[in-house]
Amino acid sequence: MEELRKKAAELLSSGTVKVVIGFAQGSGGKTRAAFAQTPDQAAKLICDERCVQNLAVYLSKSEVKSLGKIAVVAKVPVLRTILQLAAENQLKDGEIVVLGISPEGKLVELPDFKAIEDFLAKIPYELTPEQKAELEKLEKMSVEERWNYWQEQFAKCVKCYACRAACPLCYCESCLTQCNQPQWIPVAPHQVGNMEWHIVRAMHLTGRCIGCGDCERACPVGIPLSLLNRKLAEEVFKNFKTRAGVAAKEEYALGTFKPEDKENFIK
Amino acid sequence: MNIEKKVLKKDSLEALFSKLKGAGRRILAPVQKAGEIFFEEVNSPKEMAKDYIQTTLSARGAVFPRCEALLKYEFEGKEVKVEDRKDAPKPTVVFGLRPCDAASFAVLNSVFTWDYQDELFKSRLANTALISVSCAKSDEYCFCTSVGGGPGETKGSDILLTELGSGDYLAEVITDKGKEIVSLAPELFGPATDEAKEKYLAKVARQFDIKELQGKLAKNFDNTELWLSQSLRCLGCGACAYVCPACVCFDIQDEANRSGGVRLRCWDSCGLSLFTLHTSGHNPRSVQSQRWRQRVMHKFSYMPDRLNYVACVGCGRCSRSCSADMNLLEHLKEIMETK
Repeated sequence: MEELRKKAAELLSSGTVKVVIGFAQGSGGKTRAAFAQTPDQAAKLICDERCVQNLAVYLSKSEVKSLGKIAVVAKVPVLRTILQLAAENQLKDGEIVVLGISPEGKLVELPDFKAIEDFLAKIPYELTPEQKAELEKLEKMSVEERWNYWQEQFAKCVKCYACRAACPLCYCESCLTQCNQPQWIPVAPHQVGNMEWHIVRAMHLTGRCIGCGDCERACPVGIPLSLLNRKLAEEVFKNFKTRAGVAAKEEYALGTFKPEDKENFIK
Repeated sequence: MNIEKKVLKKDSLEALFSKLKGAGRRILAPVQKAGEIFFEEVNSPKEMAKDYIQTTLSARGAVFPRCEALLKYEFEGKEVKVEDRKDAPKPTVVFGLRPCDAASFAVLNSVFTWDYQDELFKSRLANTALISVSCAKSDEYCFCTSVGGGPGETKGSDILLTELGSGDYLAEVITDKGKEIVSLAPELFGPATDEAKEKYLAKVARQFDIKELQGKLAKNFDNTELWLSQSLRCLGCGACAYVCPACVCFDIQDEANRSGGVRLRCWDSCGLSLFTLHTSGHNPRSVQSQRWRQRVMHKFSYMPDRLNYVACVGCGRCSRSCSADMNLLEHLKEIMETK
């Protein structure tokens, strides 16, 4: 933590960056995102196991960007997000300063995307035992049981769009839901409106979601959104052997055509 | 308002619910659903959540549903046949809400009966009775006492129950609706003792003076630095407005096909980016700091000025649900510190 604070203060006082996005003490024993703009503010930054919010979500926020050059405290999920954003042309190499944090909590110098790729290559993407058990439970259900399960979960949805707001990969300035000519996705929080929203969002994240879980954390009514995204990520891996957040240049599985792609399903 | 004090014996909730159901009432009460607590229809007090400070969503859905049809229409050649909503709301009892929640219904009512008389809202409100339970515990997010409320405040409830040391409830019967409920099961309500409820209530220290806050807000409208620094971490999701008992913003959407359709009203939030987008394309609140300012000003300055109600009851739900940990109370206290 002390190393991080020193580095942050240094970056600010030298004028290398205008804001360091990190964590500070929050309410209820939690932590919250902090935007240090002076060395004094940098001294209040913390970094411990409670700091799980994916700070990369702030990289696309206009009022944060207009503060000037950004440095961001980046644990593994944030690093994966940065690579995925790079692969989608949302970040240029050197555009932000990345203050990498290893799983052991150490500050790691990661001067460019290649350094991030090499660092992450040593950290295998693994599901926790709970996540594996959850997926197994889902997979054992019949199609009907699975449909009923998700209907029950989505019945709670109030269409607050917290899941979208919390997701760093939902950076579209004009989200599909905001189009009303035609109204692709019903605005109202009824059964169809909720299913369509969540299905479309999950599809738009398929192969792009890096599994930070912020969508589920942000949901005020407790829908297991991360499970849905994780299931789709596993399907992509099974079929295309690719994962999101691995390289700064990527041939997105669902967006790339190769002549050798099979076409036997076209009847 | 003549408050009648009675005692409801500790084991009579089951019987009370039974009598209410027998009289055709729908009972909404806090129910645990995985990690959250929602107001849902129950048959027995056994289904109710136990040992919690506050529910996740408020009870405002009882009078202002998350999604409701306003009217239906059918196309007949070049004619449009419109059919207004005709269903009569089911008589409802909301049981187990907190005094802060009970106070919020008056705030909602002030908006829905201001210039336009919202008959759907009014008929629901008229058919809803509130049996609140006072708060024995509070947490750091509660600030009811700063906005004119309190853990044992009777304002807004039809009956307020306070659990006494014996396990029995002091039942304060506040309104005619409350008296009517008692008359459905008079055998369950005995005479009250002299025991005061104060010692069974949570201690919620007042954190700011509401009039002083209004003065500060009036001075700080143009303090863009304040609003920006407070809202940098805000993600612009709608969660705070959706869990709030005193928020009233709604969206109206038509859903139709070639033969006809339905006009729906559903919850909306001023925190969402397109909330104020004009058809011209101009958005007067195009950045989050403007939307954050609006939220605070609307609740603590505009509503009190225009309708004499603070549009916040200090329930703390917004802060508990906020995934960016905005913490409204903290921001209000920061505003109190401004010159």
